[in-house]
Amino acid sequence: MTGPIIPLDQLKLGTRARIAAIDWDSLGDAEANRLKQFGFDEGVTIEPLHLGPFGKDPLAVKVGRMTVAIRKAQARAVKVSTEGV
Amino acid sequence: MNPLPLVAVAGNPNAGKSALFNALTGARQKVGNYPGVTVERHVGRATLADGAPVEFVDLPGAYGLDPSSPDEAVTRDVLLGKQKGERLPQALLIVVDASNLDNHLRFALQLIDLGLPTVIALNMIDLAKRDGLELDAGKLEQELGVPVVETVAVRKRGLDEVMARLNELLLQPRKIRAGEGPTHDLLTLQRRAREIAVGAIVRETPVRRITHRLDGVLLHPIAGPIILAVVMFLMFQAVFSWSAIPADALEAATLDLGAAIGNALPPGAIRSLIVDGVFAGVGAVIVFLPQILILFAFILVLESTGYMVRAAFIMDRLMSHAGLSGRAFIPLLSSFACAVPGIMATRTIDDPKDRLTTILVAPLMTCSARLPVYTLIIAAFIPAVTVGPGIGLQGLILFGLYIAGIVSALLAAIVLSKTAVKGGGGAFMMELPKYQLPRLKDVLIGLWQRAMIFLKRAGTIILGTTIVLWALASFPQAGPGQKQSDVSIAGHIADGIHTVVAPIGFNKDISLALLPAMAAREVAVAAIGTVYSLDATSDQGVQTLEQRLAGRWSLATALAFLVWFVFAPQCISTIAVTRRETNGWKWPMFMVGYLFVLAYIAAGATYWTAVAFGLG
Repeated sequence: MTGPIIPLDQLKLGTRARIAAIDWDSLGDAEANRLKQFGFDEGVTIEPLHLGPFGKDPLAVKVGRMTVAIRKAQARAVKVSTEGV
Repeated sequence: MNPLPLVAVAGNPNAGKSALFNALTGARQKVGNYPGVTVERHVGRATLADGAPVEFVDLPGAYGLDPSSPDEAVTRDVLLGKQKGERLPQALLIVVDASNLDNHLRFALQLIDLGLPTVIALNMIDLAKRDGLELDAGKLEQELGVPVVETVAVRKRGLDEVMARLNELLLQPRKIRAGEGPTHDLLTLQRRAREIAVGAIVRETPVRRITHRLDGVLLHPIAGPIILAVVMFLMFQAVFSWSAIPADALEAATLDLGAAIGNALPPGAIRSLIVDGVFAGVGAVIVFLPQILILFAFILVLESTGYMVRAAFIMDRLMSHAGLSGRAFIPLLSSFACAVPGIMATRTIDDPKDRLTTILVAPLMTCSARLPVYTLIIAAFIPAVTVGPGIGLQGLILFGLYIAGIVSALLAAIVLSKTAVKGGGGAFMMELPKYQLPRLKDVLIGLWQRAMIFLKRAGTIILGTTIVLWALASFPQAGPGQKQSDVSIAGHIADGIHTVVAPIGFNKDISLALLPAMAAREVAVAAIGTVYSLDATSDQGVQTLEQRLAGRWSLATALAFLVWFVFAPQCISTIAVTRRETNGWKWPMFMVGYLFVLAYIAAGATYWTAVAFGLG
């Protein structure tokens, strides 16, 4: 995949992107497990939809067909690319 | 007698699992607890197509067989036949959300691998259609190798077929394999699930989904918090004010009934036991029911519509400063009305550590039972002067007491989440489910279960302790010329309490009121009232309780008493419900301990400071 790869928490709301990589090592076991269970995986389409009103945290993202809320601290581990989406 | 065949209902959260369980079993349900954990066990009976009875167990929703919560651990252990208090299911009913197949099929694949006879309910097929998704159930059945039935639990669609398929499976004699579970890597399973899901989709018309549009408003950075504030205000009003009418009526009716029965009995210990012990105890229990029912009606509706998670989403950032998650917001807010329903409401918090912290700080939120104590003392000791335009000193003090409660709850949460309850999630990872209309039947079943749990588990403890308190105050009986409060066991205990609380400025009268106030905080007012009206001479008879108090207590004592009530866990019902919700005496005892220590230090500091300023 070419083009800029940025962390998920820096992706503009309403922009569809594809997960390029996930830095599993930066996450705790439970967090990583939950993200996998939510369907986070390389190649999956993702779209940030809403931000928490206080301090712009947490983040609601659509991942595959599901919408999930995660905190920015976890979102940072997910690297995305808007190339070819 | 052989136990009935057991069918486990399993699936992801938000798959409509409990709705399907309710539709299959109706009101024939029982709620218990799995031994040693605070996870609820829901079982219900139904009749198979051939007329034979069968038992369903509604397992906690899970994302997989690798648990990240006690709920998920129970689900795994039941399915592997390792859960204490549960037999290995003979068959499995997997519920998947038709419009979220890519995700739900992963767990389904894991479950199918367990080797139990399995039926899959392709649930909420109507909502998938609404979202422009057309699926081929036959194709899915082929790929998965187990029967797939299209269902709409809330409309009872497909239920007969589910029962028929289960019936076939249960009739086939086969050896059940209780394996170790599959060892597939999560990501591999997920990819396989996505392939199957894509293969089963016949057509997908992109439509702008209702949920998406609603979220645009309800999670809007400005409109969202305003709407949440309105919803919370309504809920708070309902629990705080609306419940007062039925609660007072119920309590009065119970006490009247007790008095009527008492009048039919000869005066003496038995009559006193019935009226002042048993019926007062029943009244003390029943008075909580309207609050619990109203709060849970709100919670069940908010939860089943999908709004509850949004509320947590909005509040998460603010709550995270106190080491809590957004899920703690509603239980804590409810605790302003009463900590009992508030603590019961913490079961919506998934993370067990977050939940425990929330339970432990909930009693610090100023509940409605403190209000009579606050108003009495403020009216007696704080002059009704204004300290600024439109700001009265009395109101300011009352406001300060509420703020003191909130601030100390947040501080306690920070400290607890770093010490006694260390290792809490610190994360907030939740699915935002589709919005759905609430179903009256599901709400009613939920309300009924909450009411029963409260009456059975907490109610018996409250009733029991009320009777014990009555006995302590009634024996031994006073002779002529003696005051009951002096000779009774409670009186002697009060002497003991007085030695302990004298350093923080509490007099004998306060010590006497503290013990009965354990039944309910507002009882302190009645207890003090009794002491002073008994001692009043005829020319003082027209004085109000405030006037009498103002003459007897120093301002320093009064302030210390107010501060005491901010912290002190003066409420058996709270302790009882904490025991029930944490499944043991360890945490309620811890809670009582730290709150009494806080109360003592804070009241002492207030007293000594006030004395130093010459208010003693």
